Amino acid sequence: MAAARRLFPRWAGSLRPVSAAAATGTGTYPKRVKVVEVGPRDGLQNEKNVVPTPVKISLINMLSETGLQVIEATSFVSPKWVPQMADHTEVMQGINKVPGISYPVLTPNLKGFQAAVAAGAKEVSIFGAASELFTKKNINCSIEESLERFSEVMAAARAASIPVRGYVSCVLGCPYEGKISAAKVAEVSKKMYSMGCYEISLGDTIGVGTPGSMKEMLTMVMKEVPVGALAVHCHDTYGQALANILVALQMGVSVVDASVAGLGGCPYAQGASGNVATEDLVYMLNGLGIHTGVDLQKLMDTGTFICNALNRRTNSKVSQASCRL
Amino acid sequence: MGTVPSALKQCLSHQHLLREPLWIGEPPAAAHAAQEPQASGLPEYIKIVEVGPRDGLQNEKVIVPTDIKIELINRLSKTGLPVVEVTSFVSSKWVPQMADHKEVMRGIERHPGVQYPVLTPNLQGFHSAIAAGATEVSVFGAASESFSKMNINCSIEESIEKFEEVAKSARNMNIPVRGYVSCALGCPYEGNITPAKVAEVSKHLYSMGCYEISLGDTIGVGTPGSMKKMLEAVMKEIPLSALAVHCHDTYGQALANILTAIQMGVSVVDSSVSGLGGCPYAKGATGNVATEDVIYMLNGLGINTLDHIFHLL
Repeated sequence: MAAARRLFPRWAGSLRPVSAAAATGTGTYPKRVKVVEVGPRDGLQNEKNVVPTPVKISLINMLSETGLQVIEATSFVSPKWVPQMADHTEVMQGINKVPGISYPVLTPNLKGFQAAVAAGAKEVSIFGAASELFTKKNINCSIEESLERFSEVMAAARAASIPVRGYVSCVLGCPYEGKISAAKVAEVSKKMYSMGCYEISLGDTIGVGTPGSMKEMLTMVMKEVPVGALAVHCHDTYGQALANILVALQMGVSVVDASVAGLGGCPYAQGASGNVATEDLVYMLNGLGIHTGVDLQKLMDTGTFICNALNRRTNSKVSQASCRL
Repeated sequence: MGTVPSALKQCLSHQHLLREPLWIGEPPAAAHAAQEPQASGLPEYIKIVEVGPRDGLQNEKVIVPTDIKIELINRLSKTGLPVVEVTSFVSSKWVPQMADHKEVMRGIERHPGVQYPVLTPNLQGFHSAIAAGATEVSVFGAASESFSKMNINCSIEESIEKFEEVAKSARNMNIPVRGYVSCALGCPYEGNITPAKVAEVSKHLYSMGCYEISLGDTIGVGTPGSMKKMLEAVMKEIPLSALAVHCHDTYGQALANILTAIQMGVSVVDSSVSGLGGCPYAKGATGNVATEDVIYMLNGLGINTLDHIFHLL
């Protein structure tokens, strides 16, 4: 495997997964899981109501108090495309940057990367896809062309010692192409890993995956990318997220993306849910005895805060239930 | 209030997906299944026990007219579901929603190959059920003394005695009896419930002649961790093939818990169409896991349920 110099965020060392060997069936689980909180970016990006900058900053600051170690803060995209993220510079500059916590931001191209670094970003993310049609519809180019754009970001990031996380969308299905082959996911993941991304987050963008397709996809990807560098980003659109995450954990994945209060609907299916709720994920991990470092109560309080601000109901079942047990 | 429509239903409200059901598609036999379930150690076939008309409606605030109940059950009978729990022969004073139990039992179409169990909390309910044409009954125990007291006003031991009367009569009449154990993963009053207690109550019910024991996570607090521990304890007393799981989705854990159970070899899963039935112990919380979501998962795993999801919707 090509060994592009891979930059790990400084904090990653302490969180290197102490994962069990190949898990079987109900077998072993990682001892620790890193939860990557994407609410302020992926979550809010898919919310109808534009959230004022001070609210975004408060949200991120509250999340910083929960024990989460990675909080995706914003996206340096053009406000023309994503109005919700128009205040990316203000947000980046306004948040408390708590030592030990990473605040990655999305940077779709070199321009965004430069703006991000100027605003103080210390980690960035790039977004690929396992579907040609999705890439075309989303960013108006082919997968190959998108990776070329990213290589510019990678070069600049390397020069600036900034770690880069890679996302692969549509890993278990595409709203336009339908089924996506696991081999394609593995191919795109391998390319992004080879380019120097320290971690590849595999996204079930429309939530159609099941434990069956998750297992098949991961089996292929794990042939190309070490499991320690893999994350799963499951959407709960079909209610499958936690089951899919469970399977990923059983296969040795120890990084899971989630969104506080399950913020962010599914733009492809009106009324459907989107991101899996961080509260529900942490509840499950707690029940499995897996260490996350996250204070569930503080997390729920943060979810309550942002839902009130958005004037919407939480998507987190744990928050809805809030029975003490 | 209390019902959260299944995630699937919301998603399919989008026109584009309705025209091209990319993700619902064919049941596993026809579809290109992700993997062979046997190779992955999963059951080849999972029996779904549809509890919507009873457990679901029982926990809905709005009283549903009898003819609607009958229509619901008749439609469910056509989906390929092998078991549809019809109603409950309890006193209408306690459960007004089930007051029309006789009319429902007599009014439904009985499809060959489909079982129509009913709840019978005591001998009186049992006789009433038989008179109305029931051919299978269920009894409801609990792994928690407090829950038993609060729910049916007697201790676990006393409730077992009542069920034994039912089981005895049922045996004489060749009527199969299914046993439920509530609070298998936690109790709204007692909190944590030991797996040993669940195993003990399950064993009582199994010994008295229940052909199947449905282990219920009544308030949905269970996780794959507690599900595994509980099943390990119960599996020491009851054969795997006689076990079912009845997971509530109150904390969003149901599918993960069900997956854990089927990975351990459980092959019977209770669920409720459209996720009917909120949680009476947590206002606004969801309750039963939605049958559609369970079948979606099982289809994706290549597991047969003999069901066509379109009819369920």
